Amino acid sequence: MLHLTKGRVGCLLSRRVVLALTNRGARMSSHDHHEVSDKVDMSQPMYWDRLDTPLPDRPWKDVLDSTDKSLKQKEKGPWTALSKEEKIALYRLKFNHTYPEMKRPSHEWKTVIGGMFIVFGITGLVVLWQCHYVYPPQPHTFGEEWQAKQVQRMLDMQINPIEGFSAQWDYKNKQWK
Amino acid sequence: MSLAKPAMRGLLGKRLRFHLPIAFALSLVAAAAFKYGVTEPRKQAYADFYKQYDATKEFNNMREAGIFQSVRPTGE
Repeated sequence: MLHLTKGRVGCLLSRRVVLALTNRGARMSSHDHHEVSDKVDMSQPMYWDRLDTPLPDRPWKDVLDSTDKSLKQKEKGPWTALSKEEKIALYRLKFNHTYPEMKRPSHEWKTVIGGMFIVFGITGLVVLWQCHYVYPPQPHTFGEEWQAKQVQRMLDMQINPIEGFSAQWDYKNKQWK
Repeated sequence: MSLAKPAMRGLLGKRLRFHLPIAFALSLVAAAAFKYGVTEPRKQAYADFYKQYDATKEFNNMREAGIFQSVRPTGE
């Protein structure tokens, strides 16, 4: 039997958000019956509000009371006999959210951006520590004097004298153009 | 509530008839722009450089600067 807690069903699409905000990862236990409620049987067809699945496996409202049942009976006849409110009621029986309701904007982006920046910050700290404790001393070729001598040698060799490096150097006046 | 029947066929052909001439034209423009913006000036720059180039003089300059291993500067 496949069971899934309702909390986790809703969070499947934003699992990272949930894990970021709760400690459930550490306390996930099948024996914790006080936390678990509203188990969903995963072996039955499920209802999903998804933009790319317009017709889910089952309608939204499975258990119909007497008014719903009579409406469903009326639906079996010609639809021109249905009033506007009845049509909307039938829609609401079949679907939970309309497409505009599904696409409603949320505040999730703030969590995402915030989490991103937190990770950047932690990475920055790691890099800082690493620069101080891990990196070996720089090669001697990185020093100012050596670099200057290197540039002078490149100019003496006339590296790329037409469109590149030495083309930017004014040989007469001994300065950059 | 009767809408006009939408176009069911020839959708790809219609799109191609619109987009392919534009694609060809833009490709030709891109090629021409690269040719006259990059390659022609570059060829001209090389031609101008070598018009006034004295190889022996440049060699002696480089030699005096001391970059060669086979010929040291004059006076060593």
